[in-house]
Amino acid sequence: MHIIVLVKQVPEIEKVRFDYKKGRLDRSSAGAVTNPFDLNALEAAVQIKEAFGGSVTAISMGPMQAEKTLRDALARGADKAILLSDEKFAGADTLATAYTLAAAIRKIGTFDLIICGEKTVDGDTAQVGPEVAEFLGIPHAAYVEEIQQISSDSIVVKAKMERHYYIIKLNLPALITVTKDINNPRLPTLRNKLKAMRAPITVWKHNDLAEISDPKYFGFSGSPTRVIKVYTPTTGKRKGQVITGTPEEIAQKIVQILRENKILG
Amino acid sequence: MPEKCGVLVFAEQEDGKIHNVTYELLGKGRELADRLRNNLCAVLLGYNLENEAKELIYYGADKVYLFDHPSLKEFDVIRYKYNIVNLVKEIQPRIFLIGATRIGRSLAPRIAAALKTGLTADCVDLDLDEEGNLVQIRPAFSGNIMAQIKTRTKPQMATVRYKIMKPVNRDPKRKGEIIRKEVGKLGETGIKVLDKLGAGEVNISEAEVIVSAGRGLRNPEDFKLIKEVADLLGGVVGSSRPLVDAGWIGKEHQVGFSGNIVKPKVYIALGISGSPQHLFGMRDSDIIIAVNKDPSAPIINVSDYYVIGDLYEILPQLICELKKIKKSEGA
Repeated sequence: MHIIVLVKQVPEIEKVRFDYKKGRLDRSSAGAVTNPFDLNALEAAVQIKEAFGGSVTAISMGPMQAEKTLRDALARGADKAILLSDEKFAGADTLATAYTLAAAIRKIGTFDLIICGEKTVDGDTAQVGPEVAEFLGIPHAAYVEEIQQISSDSIVVKAKMERHYYIIKLNLPALITVTKDINNPRLPTLRNKLKAMRAPITVWKHNDLAEISDPKYFGFSGSPTRVIKVYTPTTGKRKGQVITGTPEEIAQKIVQILRENKILG
Repeated sequence: MPEKCGVLVFAEQEDGKIHNVTYELLGKGRELADRLRNNLCAVLLGYNLENEAKELIYYGADKVYLFDHPSLKEFDVIRYKYNIVNLVKEIQPRIFLIGATRIGRSLAPRIAAALKTGLTADCVDLDLDEEGNLVQIRPAFSGNIMAQIKTRTKPQMATVRYKIMKPVNRDPKRKGEIIRKEVGKLGETGIKVLDKLGAGEVNISEAEVIVSAGRGLRNPEDFKLIKEVADLLGGVVGSSRPLVDAGWIGKEHQVGFSGNIVKPKVYIALGISGSPQHLFGMRDSDIIIAVNKDPSAPIINVSDYYVIGDLYEILPQLICELKKIKKSEGA
C-alpha cells in the first residue's frame, strides 16, 4: 500500500506575535513547525504501513526551509519526501496549491491513499484536501476520526459531520482528511531523527511538473483569490459593568440580570 | 441585462431538514442580490423536498433549483458536486454561498476545484465593492487576524460561518419559482454511506444559555456544580480548551476557535481567563457574564457584567437562589 501524506510548514501558532499596527504576523517571533494536524495524518499513515506493509511518501509545497518539515516527516516514519519549491509556486491560494500538489501526485503515479490534516493552523481553510481529491478525480471523506477497516481496494472511515457520525466506505484510491481525535502522534526517536537528517529529499521545480500541468495555474498568478487587506479584529464594546457585594448579593444580582434578559421568569 | 442568477445559495439539508445556516445565507444573499439588482437563487438536493423548497422561498429565494432523487437522500460529495457544477455552468451565478458547516466545507472545495474558481473559507462578513465585486471577510491564524479577500473568477465562492448572518422573517405569502432539475446520470462514485450514528446529545452551538468553566475549576468533579447551574437555567455546560485537553469533559462541550463557535443569549464564563482562541468562540454571545479572581483577565474586557471573585463562593449562592425560584414556580 502506497500512502501519500500532504504536510505544510507553519509558524508556531501558540508563540507567534502579531504586529497590530501593520495588521500582520511577525514571522520572526516564532519558529516554523509542522502543521499540528499533519502529525495526525502522518501517524495514521505510519500505522497503516505498520499493519499492512507498504510505504509512505510525504509531500510539501513551500520555500526551501520547508525541508525541515519533510525531515520531521521522515523521522516520524515517512519513507520518501518530496518538496515542491519554486518561485513560480509562491503566493498560491488554496486552488493553486491543490493544483500543484495534484500535479506532483500524478507525477508520482501510483498510490492507494492520500491523508491530509483536517486544516492548517495558519490558513484555517480546510480546502486543500478536498480540492486535491477533485483535481485527481478520486473520492474523499473529510473530518475522519477513525479508520475502521482497510483492504487493498477500499477503506471504511468514521467521519464527524453535522449531527452525526458517518460511516463511509471509499473505494481506493481515495483521500481522507483527519482530525486530531484520530490518534496521538508518537514522538520521533533520536535514531530516526538522525537518520532523517541524512536522508535525501527530492526537490521538484515547475519544470518537473511541466508535462502534466499548465503553469498558468501555479502560484500567485494562478490564484483566483486575492487578500486585499489584513487587520486585527476589534472586539465590540460591552457594558463592562462590575457586580459587587457579598456572594449572596452577587448571586441575587446575577439572577436579576437573567430576569431582565428573559432567561428566568 | 441581468444575469440568470445573481446570488446562489446552497441549501443544506440532513434527513430532509434544512440546516438553519441556509436561512442565514438567504438573508445575506437577499441583501447582496438586492444591492446588485439581481435575483437570489437556491439549490436544494435530496429526496422528497417539495415543502422544504417552498420554505426557501418564504425565507427570500426567488428561484429554487430542486434536485429531488433517492440517490441524493444521503450526502455523497461527488454526486452533489456533479449536479451543482452542472447547474452553475448553466445559470452562471456571480456569487455562490455555502454554509461553513462540515458538509459545506467538504463540498465547496470540490465544486471550486471543478470550476477552477476561487473559494474563501469560513467568512464572517460579506460586502460589495463599488464595482459589485464580493468582499469576503474571514479570520486567519486561529482568529488572530482578519483578512479581506476578493475573487477574480466567477462565481465568487465563499463558505460562511453559521450563526453570524441574520435570516429575513419567514413570509409564507412570498412568491417564487421552484424549478425541478433532471438529476445527472452518474455511475458509482466510490463513496457509500454505510451508517449514520448520533453524535452525542449536546449541541452547544444551538444553546441559548451556556454555563462555561475554565482553569479556575479545581477538579473534574466540580463540573457537577456547573451542570447544576446550567440545568437550572435550561442551558448547556461549556468548557475552555485546557479542561477538554486534560480529559475533564468531552470535546462536544469545548467553546473556542478549535472547538465550537457559540452565540447564546447568555454566556456565563466561570474561572475562564479568556485566551484569544476562547474569546473567538463566544464573543458574539448576546450577554456575557464573567466570574474571575483576576481583574486583569482578558475575559473581563469582553464582558457585559463581571464579578471579581471566586467561583466557589458565588456558585453555591447562585444555585441556592435559582432553586428558590424553581420552588416558587412549582408552588
